[in-house]
Amino acid sequence: MFEFRMPSLGADMEAGKLTRWLVKPGDQVERGQIVAVVETEKSDIDVEIWASGEVAEIVVPEGQKVPVGTLLATLRTAGEEAVVVAPALVAAAVAAAPAAAGVATVAAPAPSAMPAPPGALRVSPAARRRAAELGVDLQSVAGSGPEGAVQIADVERAASAPGTRGDRAAAMRHAITAAVERSHREIPHYYLSTEIVLDRALAWLEQENLQRPVTERMLPAALLLKAVALALREVPELNGFFKEGALQASAAIHLGVAISLRDGGLVAPALHDADRKSLTELMSALRDLVRRARAGSLRGSEVTDATITVTNLGDRGVDAVFGVIYPPQVALVGLGRIRERPWAENGTVVARPVVTASLAADHRASDGHRGGLFLEALARLLQEPERLAQVAGGAP
Amino acid sequence: MNETELRAAVLGALGEIAPEADLSALDAQMPLREQLDLDSMDFLNVVVAIHRRTGIEIPEADYRKLATLADAIAYLTTRSP
Repeated sequence: MFEFRMPSLGADMEAGKLTRWLVKPGDQVERGQIVAVVETEKSDIDVEIWASGEVAEIVVPEGQKVPVGTLLATLRTAGEEAVVVAPALVAAAVAAAPAAAGVATVAAPAPSAMPAPPGALRVSPAARRRAAELGVDLQSVAGSGPEGAVQIADVERAASAPGTRGDRAAAMRHAITAAVERSHREIPHYYLSTEIVLDRALAWLEQENLQRPVTERMLPAALLLKAVALALREVPELNGFFKEGALQASAAIHLGVAISLRDGGLVAPALHDADRKSLTELMSALRDLVRRARAGSLRGSEVTDATITVTNLGDRGVDAVFGVIYPPQVALVGLGRIRERPWAENGTVVARPVVTASLAADHRASDGHRGGLFLEALARLLQEPERLAQVAGGAP
Repeated sequence: MNETELRAAVLGALGEIAPEADLSALDAQMPLREQLDLDSMDFLNVVVAIHRRTGIEIPEADYRKLATLADAIAYLTTRSP
């Protein structure tokens, strides 16, 4: 029997609301399948299950907020008999949960009201996306469609009611506050920066994009992210977590990409195995990640797995950014605006496209010398775009 | 496509990427990226959406010709069959 529990979807998450089940008892699920949607302070997250088997029982009904670690559902793995968990156990688990400061734990509904049948909330996919965009809690929306289904118009009506959107923005602000306060309190940052000339990289990109249809064109961000990922292979102490007083470097390189949401706030979901993706794969994954971050449909593994964060604020016009490390990560890479600047080489000054790359790193995990080697590797890798394109994945 | 249809296509594309924006308040002479807070990924998605709605090929070198609403409509008019 596999026990599917409320995952921790961020360093400061105490509880999550099970918004929707995507499976019901009797369904076969595969490891990695998205089985539920969980609402956190930051956004709705599609949560994967990390075992294969048959759903035996849904323990926590839709709409209920439970602490991290609470049993949500049980899974029968090959050759097992069903084990039924009494609803009373759930109520006990909820009651026993510590009422953490700032986290409202919703009281368990009366036993007669649970478990609610899976799929009780009828919502069209378009309305669900719109609700995520607008920060509307679907539980609070009265549906006007067939069988009470919630439609886009219902969501928009609810969004225009006072309170909802502001509440979501306040929750997002609260989550960001908790993370940056912890970072500032716990992490002794050091900062380095360097200017990197990008004429070769951009010329290569322009040629490459000439041969591509508009849907497959790449942004400079793809090259920059790939170079960051490969440079991290050379300085692994910048990639991982600082936990229990020690650095736990990660062999996998999952770049957390800072994405600003259109109605305010910030998320930094993981671009998995960025060092092993081709540029085309990386660009396509980045595009998908940005789209889903803004639509409010990130996956659990994406919000928890990032081993370092990259912020590309320069895209909005600043020359350099020195970031706040997202705990328990140990470094953050900042990329400024790519801009033509006077560049001295071989005794003359020429105009070249240049980016300021910065590193904010945890001094407990690495020293400035190693941080400097990382920026040097980043600069070197960006001078050889053909090689960046070739490493792993085959085609550029 | 005539100018009215092209304008509708551009506004439709912008609405896909910036659903919260009040497009009726756009200043046709001001840069779209600043008015709508579009980053380079957003802008690429706008170009893709315009291409999907009009069928017009837009090479990367011409992106700067789409800087304002007025520029974009003028450019697309010259490229429209």
